[in-house]
Amino acid sequence: MATTTQDSSMDATQAALLAKVQPIELHEQPLVTNNRDFNWVTDKICRIVETKTPTWWWICMAVALMTASFTGLGLLWLVSSGVGVWGLANPINWGWAIVNFVFWIGIGHAGTLISAVLCLLKQGWRTSINRAAEAMTIFAVVCAGIFPLFHVGRVWFAWWLFPIPNSNMIWPQFRSPLEWDVFAVSTYGTVSVLFWYMGMIPDLGVLRDRAVQRLNKGVYEGGSAIANKIAEGMDHFRKNFYAILAMGWRNAGNHWRNYEMAYLVLAGLSTPLVLSVHTIVSFDFALAVLPGWHTTIFPPYFVAGAIFSGFGMVLTLMLPLRALYGLHDLITQRHIDNMCKICLGTGSIVGYAYIMEFFIAWYGANPYESFAFINRAFGQYWWAYVMMFSCNVFTPQLFWFKKVRENAALVWIMSIFINVGMWFERFVITVTSLANDFLPTSWGYYSPTMVDILTFFGTFGLFSVLFLLFLRFLPLMPIAEVKFVMPEADPHGHHGDEKGDQH
Amino acid sequence: MTEKYGIIASFPDTPSFFHAAEKVRDAGYKKWDTYSSFPVHGMPEAQGQARSKVPVFTFLGGITGFTVGLLMVWWMNAYDYPLIIRGQPFFSPVFPFPIMYELTILLAAFGTLGGMFITNLLPQHYSPLFNSDQFLEVSGDRLVIAIEARDGQYDVVATRQFLEEIGGTDIEEVSA
Repeated sequence: MATTTQDSSMDATQAALLAKVQPIELHEQPLVTNNRDFNWVTDKICRIVETKTPTWWWICMAVALMTASFTGLGLLWLVSSGVGVWGLANPINWGWAIVNFVFWIGIGHAGTLISAVLCLLKQGWRTSINRAAEAMTIFAVVCAGIFPLFHVGRVWFAWWLFPIPNSNMIWPQFRSPLEWDVFAVSTYGTVSVLFWYMGMIPDLGVLRDRAVQRLNKGVYEGGSAIANKIAEGMDHFRKNFYAILAMGWRNAGNHWRNYEMAYLVLAGLSTPLVLSVHTIVSFDFALAVLPGWHTTIFPPYFVAGAIFSGFGMVLTLMLPLRALYGLHDLITQRHIDNMCKICLGTGSIVGYAYIMEFFIAWYGANPYESFAFINRAFGQYWWAYVMMFSCNVFTPQLFWFKKVRENAALVWIMSIFINVGMWFERFVITVTSLANDFLPTSWGYYSPTMVDILTFFGTFGLFSVLFLLFLRFLPLMPIAEVKFVMPEADPHGHHGDEKGDQH
Repeated sequence: MTEKYGIIASFPDTPSFFHAAEKVRDAGYKKWDTYSSFPVHGMPEAQGQARSKVPVFTFLGGITGFTVGLLMVWWMNAYDYPLIIRGQPFFSPVFPFPIMYELTILLAAFGTLGGMFITNLLPQHYSPLFNSDQFLEVSGDRLVIAIEARDGQYDVVATRQFLEEIGGTDIEEVSA
């Protein structure tokens, strides 16, 4: 309040102060480096899908397909013999399936966070990574969905989860958090696809127009007659494929006006959605009366962990892509720094939650609760706890150092540690609480079987197959949004390259 | 029969494009639009366009989702087939809240995407603008203003001259 009334007198003091301090001019790191122009950006991103399929893509695809077949094999085995082939046995009836479900759903969170929350916060650096992160979200939700679907035991009755009357005309039971989860996850998957698709429409239009331009020119040379014919045929395919998906988008000012509003609204809708999804996932645990699960800290702790693991996965994917496609001018050190800092922030929240759980277990003076937590760290699953704690709490702390953030190889290795650590976190939460519950006579020890392991291992293949297809057929980065944060897009003129961010 | 769609003109950079749009608006043209491969900050105002109507569709979707969620849970669990589960009430506004919340967001998102298509009159199968090779370059870095022949003020000579005056280059008549 005081500042507004003192505005006139501020000028003199401010001037004197500025003369004394002599502040240096602050330069914001540009988001697209090396003074690239619009055409360079368009070309760079479109060529990823327009040029000949690189050899590494075929190799990765073959490996990914073979890996994915393990999931198919595991599920076939399961369905043909029954859930007994999983390592589940009393009292541990939530094993790897639930661990893997929460793990994959968590990974999905970074995509929506980048596209929605960072959009509302006007973080210009989100532009070059949001498309790939959204794709990651959708594919992670696909992988996540497999596990609860098959965990129901008789997968052919999975439709009973939806509000459709089953054979006895009984409806789903909405007092159970598991039913809330069905709605949360399916809404999340659907809205993520809508958001992803809408963001892609202008870029699909660009790919369509480029195919039309090449066909109009009609120059297909440089290869054998058959190769040229194939190139032309591919452009005919692209013209039609992208034209259908782009829905007649023609970059009009009127289009952009409604599109930008719709994008903002979807970002506003996805923000509470992304926070609710992992909250509801945590309700699956927190609403059970089991020591170690029945805690109020679960929703925020799960959400922070989800964002942490999601950014870990974004780094795992984007760093190799940046090297393979030479995207260093679009995914700059500033982007990597920011992602590392988000890992550091959310990792620290997760670390705080681990410690706070212990404090509350002691402070709550409930002997069962205290036992559950001491048992987690020092009981039969101590090794999982050690993995979780070292990967999730100590690893991100290295991101305080600029030297670490600038070492892409090290950041990549650390991002893998984050993924591993977050998987173990879900294992610790799910299994330790069930293995040693109230009655020592019913305690047990859970080990996964080969079917569990194959099924989970294969989902990485499934994820990779989907992601490789995305790389090959859809624009990896939102071209329009990258252009929007470039100084050339400023309608009020730009002064050299000092302005890197949107105004 | 050489029916014309209108005239297109290109502009060298974003500021001149932006100011040209303001001049077209001030000249009183109604059936015209700007074309750029990225959204230009402040362009709706420069074109004299009102605020987008997309949020209306969002709201309609959201309110439908909320109501459907509420009524669905009540009808299924409290009216059509009540089951006693853990002594919990058959209906309360509290436990169906996650369902109402998720359905609100789900249908609001469909409303938003649908609203974007409706307000933009998409999908559109054909636009004569794409017959122009210059117009196809909009997907790269070309910045285009197109004034349509169906505008009341449109005149082949005067409009072309006007576009030249406001700094337009590569002026081309596009056939319908």
